[in-house]
Amino acid sequence: MPPNPGRRDVLVGGIASAIGLGLLDGCATVPTAPAAAAPSDLVDLSLEVNGQRRALRIDPRTTLLDLLRENLGLTGAKKGCDMGQCGACTVLVDGQRIDSCLALALQVEGRKVTTIEGLARGEELHPMQAAFIEEDAFQCGYCTPGQILSAVALLAEGVADSDGAIREGMSGNICRCGAYPNICAAVRRLRGRG
Amino acid sequence: MRHFSYQRAASVEDAVRAGPGAAFLAGGTSLVDLMKLEVLNPSRLVDVSRLDLRGIEARPDGLRIGACATNSEVAAHPEVKRRFPVLSEALLSGASPQLRNVATVAGNLMQRTRCAYYRDLATACNKREPGSGCAALEGWTRMHAILGGSERCIALHPSDMCVAMAALQAVIHVRGPNGERDIPFGDFHLLPGEHPEREFALEPGELVLSVFIPFSAAGMRSRYVKVRDRASYAFALASCAAGLEIASGKIRAAQLALGGVGTKPWRVPEAEQALQGQSPERVAFQRAAEIAVRGAQTRRDNAFKMELARRTAVRALTLAAEGA
Repeated sequence: MPPNPGRRDVLVGGIASAIGLGLLDGCATVPTAPAAAAPSDLVDLSLEVNGQRRALRIDPRTTLLDLLRENLGLTGAKKGCDMGQCGACTVLVDGQRIDSCLALALQVEGRKVTTIEGLARGEELHPMQAAFIEEDAFQCGYCTPGQILSAVALLAEGVADSDGAIREGMSGNICRCGAYPNICAAVRRLRGRG
Repeated sequence: MRHFSYQRAASVEDAVRAGPGAAFLAGGTSLVDLMKLEVLNPSRLVDVSRLDLRGIEARPDGLRIGACATNSEVAAHPEVKRRFPVLSEALLSGASPQLRNVATVAGNLMQRTRCAYYRDLATACNKREPGSGCAALEGWTRMHAILGGSERCIALHPSDMCVAMAALQAVIHVRGPNGERDIPFGDFHLLPGEHPEREFALEPGELVLSVFIPFSAAGMRSRYVKVRDRASYAFALASCAAGLEIASGKIRAAQLALGGVGTKPWRVPEAEQALQGQSPERVAFQRAAEIAVRGAQTRRDNAFKMELARRTAVRALTLAAEGA
């Protein structure tokens, strides 16, 4: 924890430890912050984010999640556990859902990334966003961007053919508020609508 | 995370040339995680994920699966589901959809243990830091191995895919500076013994190119059973891959491997042999399960795994006998 923790530090630390408690290897020591890369160590990266071409120079150690949040200011994807166990950082890469915390940004060179910020069309919500509101599928909202993107991908995968399959298909997204019944209801609402 | 240089391999030859002293990066779900924790600190990363190593190809005698095929792709492949249902089930029982979309076959082969002490720089771990000791021996052992451990390491092998591949007697095809070679699945993962830091039978710079799985009648009648602390998205407490070839009411051939209990995927040929010629019934399954856990050493928090592993094996064999 830094000497003067900001709101985000406290929030992230709190959620990380809450998730860690429920999981088996959550007691790992977090290493100290890495030294900044020297300018000569920076590398070029080009990718498409929410339909926009982006070209950046980055530290090779940058994860896709940090790239989105810190370099591009897209804070919709959340840093929950930062170890691939909570799904709060879920984004779509070429239409497939992944945990952005476990990908180096360099791995998605040239790919198309969709974050929660890129889902709506102008003021018109994506049907899954609307379904989450209609079904009251969240409380604190921290996991919600990841839940919605995961649900969008699940329907595209075409395997959500039963309530059990929805629960299994959404199992990579943890909700500590326990909004699961309503999250499943939101997915069910859209299932079969094509 | 420590500093590293990053290189995208242009070809297999390019990757192998760059290989010695570097770490190969495929999906990164394991490697990036451990680099963030500073458990693994490669100074060079060679990204092999864009190489043409993703295909799944039927041969006359088996299926060849490219090293960089993702878990999702392999699990959904029609020939995998038809020929080796146990492999598809094992893959789908592991991790989450997000991870399966990225994690690869070769990455899964080289998946590191989830031992909490291995992942915690503040504790002793012979696997992470040879000679530092093993905090698990006197520690919390609910998720540690009861088979194949040594006085230096009892870290559990966490993979589901590998349990299925061990039962199916897959062969791993690699290329290194000295050419290509095949490694039988049972030889690929090393027991910890005196050197828990040596985990794989790979020479420096060797790159996994593909995994070959021979067709078999037992493979077509195979199932994976996994028992865990919650319904999904958790590592196994015990698991079993079982396949049976049954002819004229008798078992002609059996395939059996356990997960969640060993320091490596735990195939027991003696248990398979004990099933041969038997009627596919509970008494034979129980005897095979008994043989499969022979030599197990339990500790304070994992004595339950003995009985759980036996029952999981009986369950998997029963399902395999019932067929699809």
